[in-house]
Amino acid sequence: MAKYICKRLFMAVLTVFVVATLTFFLMNAVPGGPYEAEKSISPQAKAALEAKFGLDKPLFTQYVTYLKNILHGDFGPSLKQRGRNVIDIILTKFPVSAKIGIISVMVSLLVGVPVGCIAAVNRGKVSDSAIIVIATVGIAVPSFVVCSLSMYFFGVKLRWLPTVGLTTWKHYIMPVFSLSFYPTTYIVRLMRSSMLDVLGQDYMRTAKAKGVSRAVSLFKHALRNAVLPVVTYLGPMMAYTLTGSFIIEKVFTIPGLGGEFVSSITNRDYMMIMGTTIFLATLMVAINFLVDIVYKFIDPRINLK
Amino acid sequence: MSEHLVDIRNLRLSFFTPAGEVKALNDVTLHLDEGEVLGIVGESGSGKSVTSYSIMGLTADPGKIVGGTVTFNGHHIESLGEKELRKIRGKEVSIIFQDPMTSLNPVYTIGSQIEESILLHTDKTREEAKERATELLRLVGINEPEKRIRQYPHELSGGMRQRVMIAIALACEPKLLIADEPTTALDVTIQAQILELINELKEKLRMAVILITHDLGIVSSMCDRIAVMYAGRIVECGTTDDIFYRPQHEYTRGLLRSVPNIQDRESKRLIAIEGTPVDLLNPPAGCPFAPRCPSCMKICLREMPPDHHYSEVHTAACWLHEKAEYEQRGGEGD
Repeated sequence: MAKYICKRLFMAVLTVFVVATLTFFLMNAVPGGPYEAEKSISPQAKAALEAKFGLDKPLFTQYVTYLKNILHGDFGPSLKQRGRNVIDIILTKFPVSAKIGIISVMVSLLVGVPVGCIAAVNRGKVSDSAIIVIATVGIAVPSFVVCSLSMYFFGVKLRWLPTVGLTTWKHYIMPVFSLSFYPTTYIVRLMRSSMLDVLGQDYMRTAKAKGVSRAVSLFKHALRNAVLPVVTYLGPMMAYTLTGSFIIEKVFTIPGLGGEFVSSITNRDYMMIMGTTIFLATLMVAINFLVDIVYKFIDPRINLK
Repeated sequence: MSEHLVDIRNLRLSFFTPAGEVKALNDVTLHLDEGEVLGIVGESGSGKSVTSYSIMGLTADPGKIVGGTVTFNGHHIESLGEKELRKIRGKEVSIIFQDPMTSLNPVYTIGSQIEESILLHTDKTREEAKERATELLRLVGINEPEKRIRQYPHELSGGMRQRVMIAIALACEPKLLIADEPTTALDVTIQAQILELINELKEKLRMAVILITHDLGIVSSMCDRIAVMYAGRIVECGTTDDIFYRPQHEYTRGLLRSVPNIQDRESKRLIAIEGTPVDLLNPPAGCPFAPRCPSCMKICLREMPPDHHYSEVHTAACWLHEKAEYEQRGGEGD
């Protein structure tokens, strides 16, 4: 186990390093720069700014300097938001996204798993068909449609829920609903198909032949086997929801990391791009690692080596 | 009539599929006494498993009993609800399935899967159940049971897993053990060991056994009586000697002929029963075996032969005996 963890840690560092390197050179390969679009800036001022942030040096030197700095925990200043460090921006924005994200993950699991099971157990009945239809819609409809429609109905027409910001718990309902809609429906489908598979397994028949009740056989014997694909999906899904969705943050005016990430790219804020990318990559690797460990505890057949 | 442990009468069971009603069992009548070993043989789909599952009330959807009665140990199985059936399953009657590789839940330890059955049907505490599970593992010939009890199914071999399945089945000392092709998925040396084990335990615990198989070699060495099934009917039933030395039904004879003989030195083609099994969606009017029968007569295609008693325990459903009687009386064959 310890050996496995060491190996995974090494791989994690390597992954993040590769992501950082690729992003750095790709980002610089794109024409333009952080101070190009702004017409008001004079060539002298631009040169001065570039000199200040070291952008006038050769690319490889910049790369080496950047790597050296991040090894000391210095992700540099934002090139666009004056006087703010990349780390500070991430640390103020990420908690906002993560809060909505964690609630959304919870909602997806708490709704998706039972609903998927209900569909599987009632296979072919009306409830199953209804669940499949809703789940298919959930997968097909893009999140901006869900955002806009829910905002229109619950915010504008019915005036039940506030549409902007994140001050009370009511503010969370629509963003969480919009963010968790897709993963929930995905989990429903995943859970339904794996549950159907498990229900047809021989060990379920063994359980029945032992005299185990229907409820116990479902909760004890079936669920733990059926939930495995959902756990696998949990890794990428958590990374996706925790880091915030650009669209949802834009629609509901939420000051989260997702919006920051996208605007840093359009702004060519090199330091921000690198900072957010490295942050997201690290998060992704860490979550996937955690999921693998959880997997091991659910399924004893999995050997972490 | 004396009280049998299992008494199945005129059982009819159908699977209601989108394609129509599949008549899996047609008028099956069968009994079994305490401590007796009954073999049920027949090809795939002949109703061997369905017949024995009906004793546990394990007729999975879309299967439904459409007629007849199943009495087991004084319970009228066909009229019991799920709740009552659960009390019987695993306690008074247990089953071991064909494939030990998939019949155990992969995410729970061997121990917990044996203990589950004990905890369900007895008042034993967890500690006592654990003790009993260890004892059971020792009984079925698994060494180091204290260690095995904490292992998961994937850490054991096929033969070991089947032993664990037997341990689960015997947890509450049932009156009847149904062994549904218990050795089909195992290799030959392990097969012999498992059968030996079942035989030994049957004596020790004085339980009745129903052995479902399509291997005639297995039944000959283990069973007191044999029922031969074809197309959802019992076509012949008798003592092991009756079936092997005095078979009356053409299907039984066909089965016996098709057993390969180890003494045949030169390579001979295996003898097969010609034709294909009947379509149970549209069974023929007469004897279901008639289209494949080498001695088929006109009446066979028209009418289902009734059971004829050759002795008190030996019955067969075939028209041939009538022909024999007719010829004895000096008439001419049909």
